[in-house]
Amino acid sequence: MTTTFEPNTITTTPKRTTTISRRLPAVGVVALLILALVAPYYFYPFLLMKLMCMALMAASFNLLFGYGGMLSFGHAAFIGSAAYIAGYAAKEMHLSPILAIILGMAAATVVGWLFGLVAIRRRGIQFAMITLALAQLVYFIFLQAPFTHGEDGLQDIPRGTVLGFLNLGNSLTMYYFILAFTVAGFLFVYRMVNSPFGQVVIAIRDNEARATSLGYNVHGYKLAVLMIAAAIAGLGGALKALLFQIATLNDATYLASTEVVIVAVVGGIGTMVGPIAGAAAVVGLDWFFAESEFPVMVINGLVFMACVLLFRQGIVGTIAAAFEKRRAQGTEESKDA
Amino acid sequence: MNDLFNALLPQFFLGLVNGSIYALLSVGLTVIFGLLRIVNFVHGAQFMVGAFLSYLLLVYFGIGFWWSLVIAPLVVGLASAAIERTMISRLYNIDHMYGLLFTLGLTLVLEGLFRYWFGSAGRAYVVPESLSGVVNLGFMYFPRYRLFVVVASVVLCLGTWLLIERTRAGSYLRAAHENPQLLRTFGINVSLLLTATYAFGAALAAVAGTLAAPIYQVGPFMGTHIMVVVFAIVVIGGMGSVKGTIAASFLLGIAETVTKIAFPQAASMAVFVIMAALLVLRPEGLFGRQESTR
Repeated sequence: MTTTFEPNTITTTPKRTTTISRRLPAVGVVALLILALVAPYYFYPFLLMKLMCMALMAASFNLLFGYGGMLSFGHAAFIGSAAYIAGYAAKEMHLSPILAIILGMAAATVVGWLFGLVAIRRRGIQFAMITLALAQLVYFIFLQAPFTHGEDGLQDIPRGTVLGFLNLGNSLTMYYFILAFTVAGFLFVYRMVNSPFGQVVIAIRDNEARATSLGYNVHGYKLAVLMIAAAIAGLGGALKALLFQIATLNDATYLASTEVVIVAVVGGIGTMVGPIAGAAAVVGLDWFFAESEFPVMVINGLVFMACVLLFRQGIVGTIAAAFEKRRAQGTEESKDA
Repeated sequence: MNDLFNALLPQFFLGLVNGSIYALLSVGLTVIFGLLRIVNFVHGAQFMVGAFLSYLLLVYFGIGFWWSLVIAPLVVGLASAAIERTMISRLYNIDHMYGLLFTLGLTLVLEGLFRYWFGSAGRAYVVPESLSGVVNLGFMYFPRYRLFVVVASVVLCLGTWLLIERTRAGSYLRAAHENPQLLRTFGINVSLLLTATYAFGAALAAVAGTLAAPIYQVGPFMGTHIMVVVFAIVVIGGMGSVKGTIAASFLLGIAETVTKIAFPQAASMAVFVIMAALLVLRPEGLFGRQESTR
């Protein structure tokens, strides 16, 4: 097979980000932040918190696939292990929520490292199939392990208090707690992608052989990205465990992995805010169809199929492309005048 | 020694039965991947639909197993051909991962719809009367139906292999795999070939579903776990090699059930552990050549 990877189809190229107005993204980010700060007063905080957890998981997938070129079908393993470990730490070890989250992320990172040892040498579709199989293996381990309580899962995980006075049992406090972690997570991803490290990762995605010939330790870089992505997915999983106060096998099934894939692809692969837009779309659909009899799974599947067929750039990618088109037309017109 | 032998033998044959189902699924998956370069994620759902169609034919129309074995694959094959023509064929010119993503969406739709219509509970499909009872193999008794499944799977898999390696149609397939543009200049309708291949692979999944209906429970999610197992098998078999895939299917089916004797809890993990071990120890795959998939 000699088909080459086509970065244009899944990512906004550097060229596009430089031509698009530099101010527009900054204004958008500030608006989004303000919106996030006031949102819980106007909309169900619980749904918004769920949205942020999903956005973090999708940001992890996006980092791995959109920037690292590794299509993971095994995110459930990272999410599930972080949820179980964070839940166990908070409930059985009575640790503070922040410590529980850190332990959960550490567990996810270890799982990511193990996945890397097995799968990192395989690319593209094989990587996807292998991560799917490994995640299923992790699922069975959780099914058998005594500390997960099998089918029941960990129930009544305490949210606890932060710094001794912020009671996370309060839903608004919990909201800002999760928001802080989400902002930190996205900032981290943004800084990483735009760092020299991130540029090498993108270079490896675009042409692994050339990056190798330039002397980069390709497998080392890929393993590092995989572990970082696992940690971020773990952050989402740990927060979700504290939010729902349960950690169950549902977090570890292949459907949990597919949900992450859907959120990331619908939002827009290779874009920074894509995961947020995707999470908003999926949570919104979920909420809209919650009352009706019709299964959300089918709606999600249909949206996803349409997205892959018609809007491969996702919500954010499509909007960005439309903006750029208008901008290109605008500059042409001004030239004519 | 004799005790061990007596314990191993039934598990060995059970493994053959599971391996038969795996083989039918993984061969279809491999044939589709070999030509279309698409990992058909919906293969497990097509397997499920095949089983469900047989079940519905029996319950609502009184149509028995043998007719189902023809009708279910035909329906699934035709429906899949329509899907390939209208949708999947649009994805050939872009990154192959989109084929995987698209079929993932299709899987959610199919499984969601069947759960909506029929609930998640498993339903039993009665073993056809002509195949009920047991057969004396000389050294042990074995259910006649399961023996039939093994024989049917071996015949179909070998048939598929011969079709690809030994017939003119198969030579077109191999040529389309190597260089579709050149084959087109010879006046071969390559897009029809792709559609036919996809329909054939999907129909094999439906055959597997019909064969599996009396063994496993018929339910909307019967295809999900088996799908992941088959993915692992295809990776072990070396992606794209029909022969390697058939061998890996039967070997892993047996490995799975034999593990059950030593470590009952680990049986469902066996395939994945073997896959992981193999990827670490023999990165080129069990049966030689590793193909780049991109």
